[in-house]
Amino acid sequence: MTGKLRHLLLARRGGASWHWTDVASYAYLALGVLLMFGPVLWLALSSFKTPAALLEFPPSLLPMAQSEVSVPGYPQPLPLFRVTMEDGSVRELAQVRRVGIIAQMVDPAAPGQTIRVPADRRTPVRHMALAVENYTDPLTQFDFLRFLRNSLVVTVVATIITLVINSMAAYALSVYEFRGKSLAMLGVIGTLMIPITIVLAPVYLVVTKLGFVDSLWAVILPGAATPTGVFLLRQYMLTIPRDLIEAARMDKASEWRIYARIVMPLSMPALAVLAIFSVMWRWNEFLWPLAVLTKTEVHTLPIALNAFQGELQTQWHYLLAMTVVTLLPVALVFAFLQRFITSGIANTGMK
Amino acid sequence: MTDTIRSHGAPARGPSAAAAVTTGSANALMRLTDPPMRAVQRLIGASRMPYVFLLPNLVFFGLFVFLPIGINIVFSVTGGTALFPSERPYVGAEHYARLLDCGSYLEAASCREDLFWRGVGNTLTFTVFQMVAMVLFSLVTALVLNRPIRGRGFFRAVYFFPVLLSPVVVALIWKWILQRDGLLNAVLTTAGGEKILFFVDPGWAMFWAVFVSVWAHMGFYTLILLAGLQAIPRDVYEAAEMDGTRPWRVFHRITLPLLWPNLLVVLVLVLIRSVQVFDEVFVLTGGGPGTATMMVVQYIYTTAFANQVQNFGLAGAASVLLGAVLFVLTLIQLFLTRRRAS
Repeated sequence: MTGKLRHLLLARRGGASWHWTDVASYAYLALGVLLMFGPVLWLALSSFKTPAALLEFPPSLLPMAQSEVSVPGYPQPLPLFRVTMEDGSVRELAQVRRVGIIAQMVDPAAPGQTIRVPADRRTPVRHMALAVENYTDPLTQFDFLRFLRNSLVVTVVATIITLVINSMAAYALSVYEFRGKSLAMLGVIGTLMIPITIVLAPVYLVVTKLGFVDSLWAVILPGAATPTGVFLLRQYMLTIPRDLIEAARMDKASEWRIYARIVMPLSMPALAVLAIFSVMWRWNEFLWPLAVLTKTEVHTLPIALNAFQGELQTQWHYLLAMTVVTLLPVALVFAFLQRFITSGIANTGMK
Repeated sequence: MTDTIRSHGAPARGPSAAAAVTTGSANALMRLTDPPMRAVQRLIGASRMPYVFLLPNLVFFGLFVFLPIGINIVFSVTGGTALFPSERPYVGAEHYARLLDCGSYLEAASCREDLFWRGVGNTLTFTVFQMVAMVLFSLVTALVLNRPIRGRGFFRAVYFFPVLLSPVVVALIWKWILQRDGLLNAVLTTAGGEKILFFVDPGWAMFWAVFVSVWAHMGFYTLILLAGLQAIPRDVYEAAEMDGTRPWRVFHRITLPLLWPNLLVVLVLVLIRSVQVFDEVFVLTGGGPGTATMMVVQYIYTTAFANQVQNFGLAGAASVLLGAVLFVLTLIQLFLTRRRAS
């Protein structure tokens, strides 16, 4: 049994024996797991801590809270401590009050008698406690649901528009020969070089002129046509056999029907990759929404998070929980579509 | 945003289950859209249909890319605080002159627009360190992942997943770790060290800006390099092994030259992204302490939107200069991609 386990744990692919480079490789990877996963895990653990627990230094690994007991004769539950007594024995006592360096304590089992203990002889009794209110409070106290909804609307609507107009353009550029085709291709390549970063103010002007300021359309529309998407889809559509399209034309199908009924379904894998990219881009987009969305009602999650962390007294317990909520959809998408995403990126070299 | 290894071919055709699910609504959509599109085709003829298909995308490109470039240039040569070009007085090259007016280009304080030059300097520092660190770590990771190891898919995913995270989320995760009473300081004090105020010290702030960016994006470049490594034919290595070539020599003489095109593309991509860096650094440090991590894009954003007086002219001029740099870099990248594809 142990031999089998040893073999399972230590055997290398190919059956060769261990070399120091193998050890180094696994050490590097283990360190990588710690560095890449650790911070996210720490965020998740911290997000369940109470504000008091977040202030602790050094911080405890797990979300802990001090245990309390109800003692007959006292209206409030009392905090529980582990006390080292004079004779060296250890007892669990509830603290009534603390005066200077002396704590007045009672034994929950025998509440009649008050015991006076030096404050430094006691340590709090703690148990694991998840501060779920970090998650529930923002839903009721702030407009967190609204930010979530805004982000969802932007992501979904923008992705649909992107898929439709990008696939139409890709169809035109892959299936037809027409005058001005190379000019159109050049235009698409040209837009690759113009990130929104460098046309912030002018796009703001255009959006103002169109009357979209402080509406979600201001975020949805400017990035809807992506050169990346056109390239990705065109590349894929070029592999669709021309005979299929010719056959449909023979059957008197309209060009639109060929696009919608033949080319689109056949391009599903590429459309799926673009959809995932688009969801990532939109869910995470920051600089442009930051510039154009000034009213709180239209803030998306990243903008709301940024505004929240910039406040004078950062309420970390809420901020951490909201960060986890922002991260969660992406984490889920990744968990389910990991292979798909990585092969999509490896195949296209885009993100 | 850019296409580098398109030449490897399109994604594999998978079962399109989604297609089956959406058939019903697709039918309805078809009934709705086909008659008008058919009418359009009858009107202009099938040979002009590609223009109809191109139109929506080009309208978006026109409105939100090409038109803004024109407006940007107009902004950069006009003054005042008005947003609409017709209300802005022509000032010629004044903004450019102001941006470029320096006693010495090596000393930001001697410049009239010293914040811009601080941004340029910081961006340069950031870019240099980021390029070295990013290429180094993604190369090492790709090399390790290319070895015959167990659970390669898992480890690849581990390095890759931060790529998908929002820059704001990434910055907040690290801000929480690096804050005064954060995890890292707890580890430091437990190990007998002193607490370090990472965001008060300019050097540390820049270090963490670079570190966090590398943390967030190295998975992407690792993936590109890994694809390149896996494209190197096995028999080249087998031949080297038969000859008893030493591992370092194999790396130096086989892996590196064959990977060089991918490495070059990664270098240029990192360069293009670094020059535009904003999100993570802005949320992480806010450009501080002082202006120690304020980048060019933050300068443009602040000048145009966040300052009391919105100076679109100055921001526009800075954008045009940044755009010129990006234009050249992207041309280089396209050239490299082309050359590799052929």
